Amino acid sequence: MSSAVDAPRNSRSFARSASGSGPGVRLLRWLRANLFASIPSTITTLLLALLLARMLFGFVKWGVLDAIWTVPGNDTSACRALRGTGACWAVIPEKYRFILFGTYPFGEQWRPALATLVFILLFYLSSRRSLWRRELLFIWAGALVLVGVLMWGGVLGLSFVSQDRWGGLPVTLILATFGLAFGFPLGIVVALGRRSKLPAIRSICILYVELVRGVPLISLLFMASVMFPLFMPDGVNIDKLLRAQIAFILYAGAYLAEVVRGGLQAVPRGQYEAADALGLSYWQKNGLVILPQAIRHVIPPLVNTFIAFFKDTSLVLIIGIFDLLTTAKTAIIDPAWQSFSVEVYVFVGLIYFAFCFAMSRYSRGLEAQDRPT
Amino acid sequence: MIQTTPKVRPRRRIRLSLRDERVRGWIWQIVVVGIAVAVVAWLWSNAIHNLSVRRIATGFAFLGREAGMPITDTWLPYSPRDTYLRAFIVGLVNTLRVAVIGIVLATVLGTAIGIARLSSNWLLSRLAAVYVETLRDIPLLLQLLFWYVLMQGLPGARAAWTPIDGVFLSNRGLMLPWIQIGAAQLWVLAALATGLVALFVVRRRLVLRQMQDGRSRRVWPFALLLVVVLPALVSWSLGATWSVTKPELRGFNFAGGLTMAPEYFALLIALVTYTSAFIAEIVRSGIQAVPRGQWDAALALGLRRSFVLQQIVLPQALRVVIPPMTSQYLNLTKNSSLAVAIGYQDIVSVANTTLNQTGQAIESIALIMLAFLTVSLGISLFMNWYNARIALVEH
Repeated sequence: MSSAVDAPRNSRSFARSASGSGPGVRLLRWLRANLFASIPSTITTLLLALLLARMLFGFVKWGVLDAIWTVPGNDTSACRALRGTGACWAVIPEKYRFILFGTYPFGEQWRPALATLVFILLFYLSSRRSLWRRELLFIWAGALVLVGVLMWGGVLGLSFVSQDRWGGLPVTLILATFGLAFGFPLGIVVALGRRSKLPAIRSICILYVELVRGVPLISLLFMASVMFPLFMPDGVNIDKLLRAQIAFILYAGAYLAEVVRGGLQAVPRGQYEAADALGLSYWQKNGLVILPQAIRHVIPPLVNTFIAFFKDTSLVLIIGIFDLLTTAKTAIIDPAWQSFSVEVYVFVGLIYFAFCFAMSRYSRGLEAQDRPT
Repeated sequence: MIQTTPKVRPRRRIRLSLRDERVRGWIWQIVVVGIAVAVVAWLWSNAIHNLSVRRIATGFAFLGREAGMPITDTWLPYSPRDTYLRAFIVGLVNTLRVAVIGIVLATVLGTAIGIARLSSNWLLSRLAAVYVETLRDIPLLLQLLFWYVLMQGLPGARAAWTPIDGVFLSNRGLMLPWIQIGAAQLWVLAALATGLVALFVVRRRLVLRQMQDGRSRRVWPFALLLVVVLPALVSWSLGATWSVTKPELRGFNFAGGLTMAPEYFALLIALVTYTSAFIAEIVRSGIQAVPRGQWDAALALGLRRSFVLQQIVLPQALRVVIPPMTSQYLNLTKNSSLAVAIGYQDIVSVANTTLNQTGQAIESIALIMLAFLTVSLGISLFMNWYNARIALVEH
């Protein structure tokens, strides 16, 4: 990222290093320019270095030097004897299967593992610019069907696993990905509706978007878990996970509608006029001319919105659905492992971080590519 | 709004044909509204039926009944004998308490980190970047649970950690020394607030006069007079005493001073650190959006650096910063609802308990939504007013 404030610093350090001789001299010059440029800068560097060293030392002592990596069986007395001065990483090998896959039948856990891989592959394929074509829709449809087959089973000789036994990482990925897959078309329709000339349609779309964006997600999830059954006729009983999924789709739709609307506004007016001049109908005009351009504009914010959904899926903890965070929290209810929640949270935090960090790096890469040079 | 039909087109007579754009428009609207009304009516009739089967009365009459719900950490006086209405108000105040203080702290911390990211000191800017990246990429709820577990793992009240005399951090929360506030002290605070407003007005007039004649004027004598001398005079004339009470260990808990319960403290830390990471990015891009030429030109005119920053760079940066900042404030307020996960009794938590006790699901959730929509609207209106005030005035 080239910035106004960074620019002079870099040009200065380049100018100096160009006249330097040898890597040692260059290093010294770099240090001088970037860490010890002035007295306040030197003081800042030293104070921060001291703080950083203390924190790193504390963390290494807790997480590595004083940590316990394995314990015999369920006997955590060695971990307890540390009284929090060292980490008890033994909780991870003991509980990781439960944290990752919840109560999915143990022998069948290769299926959610494979489903997770399918998701990762799907994200990877979607990130390729060369695949941003209509075929991507089929890839998504195929991948989501494959995930359904793997998780539910009941066909191809796989035993049936009902969704109240699903848990862990696949549930997090399902909520986020299906939320996007169904929320995105909804968002497009609502964004078009919000820009429509027809007042009734416009009002309905504005009402929906502002209502959903104005309330916390947790109230939508409460609605899905408590209110939704009240609104259904007798005998219709929709599974809890599916209800949460519907809430996520509605939530995603409202936020994605705003992202898409931003893209629609960025399409120059001449494109609309040209499409009208060709005599295209409303749907032809939007489907063939406007939307393809609008969506390309908003891919980086779309990725950022997806990162937010991915994190927001953790809220289903509050309504008792077994996503990654809920399985982590449940894993440490076991009395033997009760006091090692920090270790488990660090482990789960790393998983969330890995996904979000990869996506945010990717989004920033896209922004950098799109910026005119 | 894109208008595909130019306004100058003469009004045609509406033909009742599907080829007519306006007729199709009306048909579309009637169909969509019809579907929406039908769906809502169907859901509503189901709800009425289900509620009558379960013998749940609709309406808000339950708000007058005794709540019987303990709320431990409150600002307003409350006992379980009070009504549900009172419990909801106490919950709303708890939400606002964490949201308002959180917004202030997150803005301060986020601005500091955003500026640190642009520092020419490599170590400082890298650390700020790591801070932002780490906090943004981990779910807030996980961070909240993490802070709460850390709070619970702190030593008990008797072995509390004391970084400075009078400040105690233990599993009972954070205890701070606090000034005892009575009527006289409130008057002094009011005088201080008045002084600050007056100072703001005076400073504006000084700047306006500088714009007319180009002479710079001193602000600090006015600042001294309005912010220090005026409150001091009021305090002296009322005979207000300023006694700081320090928290003291009595038995197994602390008495005196200001107490932040562990739930409140964990929620505040989580909200502030998480939101500050987003605010830091907004501040950074806001500052970067001001071209360097603005600094150079202003300094070349011989203006002081502080003047350039306050009157030339910051107003331009603010224009870029305000809209995304508004949505972060709204996010923080909405995210405060995660309190329910660690048992801090905000409005969502109170509504959740009410819902479980009375079965009034529709009413409880409607109250949550109403409260948040009102708060969101309030923040939006204020920020829009502020944005309009600082916006570029074009002719």
